Amino acid sequence: MQWINTLVQGILLGGLYALYGTGLSLIFGVMRIVNLAHGDFIMLGAFMSLLVTSMLGLPPLISIAIVVPVMFLLGFLLQRGILNQTIGKGLMPPLVITFGLSIIVQNVLQMGFSADSQGLDAGALETASIPINDQISIGIMPLITFIVAVAVLAGLQLFFNRTKVGQAFRATSDDPETAELMGINSRQIYALAMGISFAIVALAGILLGIRTNFAPTDGPARLIFAFEAVIIGGLGSLWGTLAGGIILGLSQNIGAQINPTWFQLAGHIVTLIVLAVRPTGLFARTRDS
Amino acid sequence: MSFLSVDNINVFYNEFQALFGVSMTVEKGETVAIIGSNGAGKSTLMRTIAGGLIPSQGSIRYDGADTAENSAFEMNRLGVALVPEGRKIFPSLSVEENLKIGGYSNRAGQWTLEKVYELFPILKERRNNGGTDLSGGQQQMVAIGRALMSNPDLILMDEVSLGLAPIIVNEIYTVVRQIAQTGTTVILVEQDVNRGLKEADRFYCLLEGKVSLAGNPADVTQDQISKAYFGL
Repeated sequence: MQWINTLVQGILLGGLYALYGTGLSLIFGVMRIVNLAHGDFIMLGAFMSLLVTSMLGLPPLISIAIVVPVMFLLGFLLQRGILNQTIGKGLMPPLVITFGLSIIVQNVLQMGFSADSQGLDAGALETASIPINDQISIGIMPLITFIVAVAVLAGLQLFFNRTKVGQAFRATSDDPETAELMGINSRQIYALAMGISFAIVALAGILLGIRTNFAPTDGPARLIFAFEAVIIGGLGSLWGTLAGGIILGLSQNIGAQINPTWFQLAGHIVTLIVLAVRPTGLFARTRDS
Repeated sequence: MSFLSVDNINVFYNEFQALFGVSMTVEKGETVAIIGSNGAGKSTLMRTIAGGLIPSQGSIRYDGADTAENSAFEMNRLGVALVPEGRKIFPSLSVEENLKIGGYSNRAGQWTLEKVYELFPILKERRNNGGTDLSGGQQQMVAIGRALMSNPDLILMDEVSLGLAPIIVNEIYTVVRQIAQTGTTVILVEQDVNRGLKEADRFYCLLEGKVSLAGNPADVTQDQISKAYFGL
């Protein structure tokens, strides 16, 4: 029974990792950029929510209505203003810029909020749970996180398949030069993609902040989990990222069940096994030329 | 003032110069062929007119505006569509999505999805197939249909017959003539010199990045063309 509980918690944790990974995978899929500051933007989302909740006295879940649009705009402007300048100049410039942004974000957050751990106060919601029987209970927050992850992925899938702009995303991902011949402004698409990635990251940061304490320097550790979810699931596959997140969450929880210090280690080992056996991930779809 | 006038342009790929002082003019409603051997700069000229490459020197005027610095998506919005060499069908998109994305600029005109399906009935049957799951000829039809979906005033066709069976080439050129008859200005790149001269009102021959001969197909001899083509 203890094991069933471990599995359920692991699956639900996978929802959070899927949210981490989706934004990273989207950015790589559309413009082949690896965003090394991705984890720090998750923390930025959490701290922005902290600021909004403490200034306006709103509950953290309501702060989503403010933080997500602001983060979307921030991502859009970052791409338009800075990262678009690096398009077509190889892999290195965006890596260096996002590496620098990672350091900047961490230091700005430390200046503004100190290095202490903080938490978002969602009241009783934080610890509320649905008891299944006397040994298994499902936490409300993990459940909400999982549902949000599924909803985000379903929304993205609808967007890519059913909307004109979504089809332009796929065309640009396939072949940006030919997409431009169709009247698609690829730089505009890239800016939108970064905006969407930031919006998802903001959601992840707020949900993370309600579940657990966070500090300005937690970003890189979150980035690793995002990478692992994407590596296991395979680039370019939306539902693969969810599967990757779930496999990562399960591995960590099973590892911790065997020995409490093996939580992270188990996740890393499973990622390395997937890399060794199937380097493209379990559900890869992105084509690379 | 010509509909399209390219004046003395130089075009580089990084350090490599592909076009040297090329000039050409195209009038509204004309079909113009660009012929020349491999590496003569035909595709470069097409891509430059379509906005995919920016000339380092010289000017391009299209429909009364200076467009040398325009990017490809801006040219598409102004009514220039390129059927690229190698077709460049989007592999992640279905046949129908490939056609629809061609209409991304929302330009008004005679061409709609239904009209393109009337032109190429086979594509309607295959509309839910992946864009690259088709035969070469059908992919070429997708590429032409996709360009038409933007309702272009000027359509650039780069090697539309390359690698296709003769019977399919005839079919494709029947359609090209139909497109020209609707008043659309056409520029063709052809490696098959006879085909290019047969289909066009006028032609330009490129040799090593320069115009080596230009004129009306009826006014030139086979010998002049051979000289211009091979540089003998």
